[in-house]
Amino acid sequence: MTLRELHPGESGTILGFEPSAAVNRLMEMGMVPGSQVQVVRVAPFGDPIDLRVRDYHLSIRKSEAALIHISRHEG
Amino acid sequence: MRVALCGNPNVGKTTLFNQLTGLRQRVANFPGVTVERKAGTLAGAPHVEVIDLPGTYSLTPRSVDERIAYEVLVGRLEEGPDVVVCVLDAGNLERNLYVVSQVIDLGLPVILALNMMDVAEENGLVVDASVLEKDLGVPVVPITASRGEGIDELKKHILDPPEPAQVYRWQLMDAVDAKIPALIKQLAEEAPHVKPMHLRMEVLRALAEDEALDVWRLEVPEFVNRIVTLREEFAKRGIAWRHAEVSGRYAWIGPIAQRASRRFKGPATLSDRIDAVLTHRVAGPLCFLLILVCVFEAVFSWAIPAMDLIEAGVAALAGGVRLVLPAGWITDLLTDGIITGVGNVVVFLPQILLLFFFLGIMEDSGYMTRSAFIMDRLMKRVGLSGGSVLPLLSSYACAIPGIMAARTLDSERDRLITIMVAPLMSCSARLPVYTLFIAAFIPAGKLMGVFGYQGLAMFSMYMMGTIMAFVAAAILKRVVFKGPPSYFVMELPPYRRPRLRQLFWRMYQRSRVFAVRAGKIILGCSIVLWFLASFPRTETSPEAIQIEEQAIQERNIEYAAAQALTPDRDLTVAADSLSLVDPILAYALDLTAQADVKYAAALDSANIVRQSAQIRGSAIGYLGRILEPVMQPLGFDWKISAGLVSAFAAREVIISTLGIIYSVGDAEGGVALRDALKADQYPDGRPVVTPLVAMSLLVFFVFALQCMSTLAIARRETNTWRWPMVMWFYMTTLAYLASLLVYQGGRLLGFS
Repeated sequence: MTLRELHPGESGTILGFEPSAAVNRLMEMGMVPGSQVQVVRVAPFGDPIDLRVRDYHLSIRKSEAALIHISRHEG
Repeated sequence: MRVALCGNPNVGKTTLFNQLTGLRQRVANFPGVTVERKAGTLAGAPHVEVIDLPGTYSLTPRSVDERIAYEVLVGRLEEGPDVVVCVLDAGNLERNLYVVSQVIDLGLPVILALNMMDVAEENGLVVDASVLEKDLGVPVVPITASRGEGIDELKKHILDPPEPAQVYRWQLMDAVDAKIPALIKQLAEEAPHVKPMHLRMEVLRALAEDEALDVWRLEVPEFVNRIVTLREEFAKRGIAWRHAEVSGRYAWIGPIAQRASRRFKGPATLSDRIDAVLTHRVAGPLCFLLILVCVFEAVFSWAIPAMDLIEAGVAALAGGVRLVLPAGWITDLLTDGIITGVGNVVVFLPQILLLFFFLGIMEDSGYMTRSAFIMDRLMKRVGLSGGSVLPLLSSYACAIPGIMAARTLDSERDRLITIMVAPLMSCSARLPVYTLFIAAFIPAGKLMGVFGYQGLAMFSMYMMGTIMAFVAAAILKRVVFKGPPSYFVMELPPYRRPRLRQLFWRMYQRSRVFAVRAGKIILGCSIVLWFLASFPRTETSPEAIQIEEQAIQERNIEYAAAQALTPDRDLTVAADSLSLVDPILAYALDLTAQADVKYAAALDSANIVRQSAQIRGSAIGYLGRILEPVMQPLGFDWKISAGLVSAFAAREVIISTLGIIYSVGDAEGGVALRDALKADQYPDGRPVVTPLVAMSLLVFFVFALQCMSTLAIARRETNTWRWPMVMWFYMTTLAYLASLLVYQGGRLLGFS
């Protein structure tokens, strides 16, 4: 599944990426395969989303979230 | 000796820079780009130059800021630094260490300044500097830049720099690593100007980044071909070559950050609680709207007293110069051209300063990124991103600070588009023009008894400009600035209390840049426009002479009549003490005083008639008449056309020009001018300015770029005349076509 499918409050582990120009930027910001990511909230008009990555907040659009494969943490 | 400060945005780099340099700093631009180059000398060590590099998350040149940081560090843009100080936010170690790992690999002496330990601790995180020092092999100095703690220790390290640390301590995945030495060898042979120390980094980025690869395409095509083949080979083998470097670096720094920091309570912070309100589904947009309303109210109302003061000051200065210098065209040039022209710019400073103040607070507190977060969805629809919201809204006050605020945008394309459409937002200089023509030609009634027609007209002016700005942005994005879709990856930094001293300092520097650079261009244009309005000279105006002669005659008659009342008194000696007891003498004196007042008024109107004749005969009047055939389809006669020519410098100038042409003086928005406009007729008796003509003119003002200051600042911010020229042509064309549509369409519909 992709990060886009996570609901606010849910978290997961990054597995890999769809190829895109945005990917290297995302990785530089700390979203590398294996790192944990939590969806904190969705912006008031439905896009972008607010993530917690490596202890800080990162905002990306849903279209970018759809490039990120994750496995969801249960519970 | 040169020291470069680098690090992520929002880590207190600028605060540290101010601490290190005191206020001994210069702000300029890096050659060829609009990135600010901030440099100063180290306090107590004037031989050490400190450069504050733009905040970057990485040295891979994806944005202008990152390219500049990289090129300064490798000594390509200017002489490279001898020491690099990397500033880190202790609360965000892993991501901050990414760029540190890149800087270390450049082989320069590196010192880490570990900032915001106190904030991290408040949020439940302790960082051990000695672990970092040991694992990274570079000196680490804990500092609290905001309170000046640890600065002396940091200075000691700067003045006695460490040896460069060991480079490339991280592991590239084996399959990729195996191919690197051959590529390095090839690049070294084909591009001997690349320093051996930087070869590995150049190869890695050429492998991972398409744009970095394109740089080499012309120079070393063999190298490029080899990389392209290699990428294909990797792709076939299922190797994630694009991510190799980033993964490798994080695999190295991740565990180091883990070892160096210890968390003793959960990560929920005050910042998170503020965000729960400010980015809330309902409260978020409401707060945003409320903040905007307050800011604009403040910018408009607080600035007005200062603007009035400046206007009065400029007028007094011009008046003073007139008193001191002999009358003549040089004095006119000085007062009407130079002083008034520069005054037209200075008068915007209060608004610009206020807007910079509020924008600065939003930027420094971290709210700017939240506003982008909230608005991104809406802005994306028109091809912009959330970051464009504030520059565009600022442009309602004035396009100049709006265009300057666009600097905060990461994507160069978004920044250019924002600059290009910002002048379509109706600025405060259009307001006097809107007011005059709406008050004169839109009826005062109410639609359905609620909304005043005049208010609706004013509102629709603002809406028209705004909608057109969005349409223009969408078109520019699709036609002019084509390219791969941009992405939106933005940090939401923790909220921080803005530091006023730093804020005022930046306000001062930014507005000085505006006043000096834009001022020069405007000075030149003002002089040219003054010459156009003043030459050729119309020295005599028979009409004015006739008014004057008649005034003298009338005054003499009235004097004689008064004298006849008291033949034995000398009325030219004013305030005769006998007038207290002699009512006839008092009456006679009163009559002569009235005659004097009438005479003075007649001289004033003769003067206005003379100015009117001057404008009619001047180059601007001539231009107005040349333009008349072109402007006639829009409903404009030569007088309005001449007003438009003069308004090229600044929109509101049209009012004083029309005032002079219609010989009613230049009291702005005055009732006299309103009446004169309504009364003016063509020789065949048709009114010159009908409500339809007024609408057409209003629409023209909504779209036209009549502001030298905007062109000047766009030139400065884009570093080329190309974009200001494009801006001027597209907006003028738009204005012409829109006015044509309104006027001709209106006539077809039967309006006059």
